[in-house]
Amino acid sequence: MALQDVCKWQAPNTQGPSPHLPQPGAWAVPPGCDPQTFLQIHGPRLAHGTTTLAFLFRHGVIAAADTRSSCGNYVECPTSRKIIPVHQHLLGTTSGTSADCAVWYRVLRRELRLWALREGQLPSVAGAAKLLSTMMSCYRGLDLCVATALCGWDRSGPALFYVYSDGTRLQGNIFSVGSGSPYAYGVLDRGYRYDMTPQEAYALARCAVTHATHRDAYSGGSVDLFHVRESGWEYVSRNDACVLYSELQKLPEPDKEEEEASRDHPEPASRHRDSRMPAETEIL
Amino acid sequence: MASRYDRAITVFSPDGHLFQVEYAQEAVKKGSTAVGIRGTDIVVLGVEKKSVAKLQDERTVRKICALDDHVCMAFAGLTADARVVINRARVECQSHKLTVEDPVTVEYITRFIATLKQKYTQSNGRRPFGISALIVGFDDDGIPRLYQTDPSGTYHAWKANAIGRSAKTVREFLEKNYTEDAIANDNEAIKLAIRALLEVVQSGGKNIELAIIRRNQPLKMFSAKEIELQVAEIEKEKEEAEKKKSKKTT
Repeated sequence: MALQDVCKWQAPNTQGPSPHLPQPGAWAVPPGCDPQTFLQIHGPRLAHGTTTLAFLFRHGVIAAADTRSSCGNYVECPTSRKIIPVHQHLLGTTSGTSADCAVWYRVLRRELRLWALREGQLPSVAGAAKLLSTMMSCYRGLDLCVATALCGWDRSGPALFYVYSDGTRLQGNIFSVGSGSPYAYGVLDRGYRYDMTPQEAYALARCAVTHATHRDAYSGGSVDLFHVRESGWEYVSRNDACVLYSELQKLPEPDKEEEEASRDHPEPASRHRDSRMPAETEIL
Repeated sequence: MASRYDRAITVFSPDGHLFQVEYAQEAVKKGSTAVGIRGTDIVVLGVEKKSVAKLQDERTVRKICALDDHVCMAFAGLTADARVVINRARVECQSHKLTVEDPVTVEYITRFIATLKQKYTQSNGRRPFGISALIVGFDDDGIPRLYQTDPSGTYHAWKANAIGRSAKTVREFLEKNYTEDAIANDNEAIKLAIRALLEVVQSGGKNIELAIIRRNQPLKMFSAKEIELQVAEIEKEKEEAEKKKSKKTT
């Protein structure tokens, strides 16, 4: 009927995703192969392995990460940035393939900026997480690996979402992502309280990442710490992981100290916990 | 000259008109009146119900439609065109929730409907939608909103507006009577809408359909009885006002 139908011309959809993104499913593989197996056999070795964590508390959201980028058996970069700001009130911790994370964060930043221009305000953290997971869901099965925790402060207060490239999107108070996450979870679950002061929260985050870097081969370097407050995100510190670990060893454990004080026992002289010596058994 | 520039809508006339769009606006003027009022805690939509044939089931004629829990719209013009627009708007409301978790703002869905209407004024082989819409609702921030769209794809925010047949008369009435007192509470806003419609509707409350949205509550359609009650109250107030006037003069 119309000329445009005859010429098969489509008006550009300015409301949808950018035409510059690669078309999902358009991965050139030999016939008979599915993209995932092909990549596993012949694909480039992509950088993985990290420790990142984020948790929500009364005064905002804390995001902390190590800075080691490993690729197989060697350290590609000992001082990489794994926490990426998206806008004034939103940060993302990145884990998985560094390249994928970098690209998708730029895409997310672009989409949120366009949204803010059209609607006059940024979407909530929940909305941003939904947008990211929807955009990545087109690429499921193509070996995209982005595991990220979006930390932000929106109209409903501090918010934390975990988004994974297979489509997982979870809301929670504590998340740790990466090969070092089991170690970090151990420390976090022990010391987390919603009513912490910011200083206690910083100490907890540093402690968790440091312990993870001590045990996990793929985590190390330094510990980055960010804090998202009502006024926006703030880069708190970057400390060397080994230095932090030895400092933590020197500190007495807070609850052991309380027990000793309540029973009026003098503090034992040496508390140096050497991994070669068997741990002191607690006398209760 | 107009006859040479109104066949295909993608053609501008020498003096800058899109005649098909203007003819669509004429079609809107033939539709039954709809009025929208934005109160402080309430938004009200009223429409003139055309009298139905004897054998027709009255309930199937619905001119006020919910687009989502917190947004609804009334239209004036071609009912079939309205059905298409309403369907697309309803889908968009849910798509928005799916993509961004949050319900649409009234402005967003108005902009969507307006963009949709504009698309149809700029593609060949299609004609514009012959409807104007009044879109009301509350946003997350609790502020009530009223928007009006027209066949050309423009939209504006209003405090109170009317579309359709005799829209001008109703709008003049609203301009005179929309005061801070008139919308002081929910009941007053409802009465203002009914009074505005009574200016142009024949045979009173039977031919009025009314719907309201209160903050954080879903759309409520008024039953015929409730409308009759309101109309009776209005008549009483009118009588009392007349009595006062006559007392003053005597």
